[in-house]
Amino acid sequence: MSKNTIIFSSSLGKKFVMSLTGLFLCSFLIVHLGGNIALFTSKDTFNEYTKFMTSNPLIRFMEIILVLGFLTHIVDAILLYIRNKNASNTKYIFDKKKSSISSRSMALTGSFILFFLIVHLRSFWYEYKFGEVIYSEDSNGNQIKDMYHIVTSSFESPMYSLFYVSAVILLGIHLNHGFQSAFLSLGLRHKKYTPFISLIGKLFSFSITLGFISFPIYFCLKNFNLW
Amino acid sequence: MNLKLKVWRQESSKHKGKIVEYKVHDISPDMSFLEMMDQLNQSLIEKGQDPVAFDHDCREGICGSCSMYINGQPHGPENMITTCQLHMRSFNDGETVYIEPWRASTFPIIKDLVVDRSAFDKIIQAGGYISVNTSGNSQDANAIPIPKENADSAFDAATCIGCGACVATCKNSSAMLFTAAKISHLSNLPQGQVESSSRVISMVNKMDELGFGNCTNTGDCAVQCPKGISLDNIAKMNREYLKASLKSEK
Repeated sequence: MSKNTIIFSSSLGKKFVMSLTGLFLCSFLIVHLGGNIALFTSKDTFNEYTKFMTSNPLIRFMEIILVLGFLTHIVDAILLYIRNKNASNTKYIFDKKKSSISSRSMALTGSFILFFLIVHLRSFWYEYKFGEVIYSEDSNGNQIKDMYHIVTSSFESPMYSLFYVSAVILLGIHLNHGFQSAFLSLGLRHKKYTPFISLIGKLFSFSITLGFISFPIYFCLKNFNLW
Repeated sequence: MNLKLKVWRQESSKHKGKIVEYKVHDISPDMSFLEMMDQLNQSLIEKGQDPVAFDHDCREGICGSCSMYINGQPHGPENMITTCQLHMRSFNDGETVYIEPWRASTFPIIKDLVVDRSAFDKIIQAGGYISVNTSGNSQDANAIPIPKENADSAFDAATCIGCGACVATCKNSSAMLFTAAKISHLSNLPQGQVESSSRVISMVNKMDELGFGNCTNTGDCAVQCPKGISLDNIAKMNREYLKASLKSEK
């Protein structure tokens, strides 16, 4: 067996993969949130940003890496989950756990996030690529797909917005444990720096949650003239 | 004090187990938990019934034999002690106390509260030692200078008594804290350096092979450990494993 096979087939190797892909996906969330802020500027800015993101060759290449990152994180999580369930096949009649709920529900929150991801891709990515899209004019007078309309019209539905907000809150819970846990899995733990990493993890998960829920809340309330 | 006990009874690993209720009377708050169990067993024997099987040895908190999941926690409600060091003053008169064995597929139940923890021995056999020629030529360990911090962290890790509370409380029945403590103990000392790479790889592979779960870094193990083994050891094991895997030519 080669040394690489040993690393990735072992329990610790799988944890390294989980943490590296997890941290990579965290960096994606920052870029995604940064881009979405264009929704608050103007329709044209957001549509031009979308056009750039869907046509730039470097971004298209990163899209493949991102899909691979997601798939690896998901497949690895399933493998770990199966192993963990086999190891702990009987439950206690009376059990009192002292760990945080977020740390104990990573598989549950992760599964819901995956479900949300599929719905999310269907409502926005698929709609933009293959749906019947309205066109609008950009600043140069060219006809471009109106992504702003797709997004804002989706958020006008209170049910869809509620689903989106719930999923983002679960994502925040997932990140709350995942971010700092990734550092421990990589062996990075230090008396001085770990509390700092923990704090950054909390701030990160809170900011990501707050950032992403602001879009559906704003556009949903705006639709009902409440904002 | 009087207590209502709900004890897990199971004939063997092949039989199905169930909770059986017992009432114990006139328990002294100064009794240890195991002495209370002795009193229960005495009364069962007097009635001609099968006493509850449980593991115990030193009754001084250092052998790691006693293993009971009491009221939802390994070694009961108090921190940093084993079941034998738990006293009945930690319970209230009239309280219902649940007593279960460690539950993990790697720790099969032998009888009632006794589980087979030989999987831990197999992890140790995979590399939890140093190979020293004991023909009389070995150097006095005290002659090797060791920085105080290293000696302290090695000692902290070495206090692990291998009771299995970490596996018992872990939602994944992971043996990471135990394995990490043993790896950390030796890798902090110069005597452990020679075999450090092969040790971490062999022990982690053995742990996987035996079917223990993975670490989700929930930290329950460190909280429930009667010896206060810290998660720092798991981080150290992760570092050692990564380093050893990259260095290994095999």
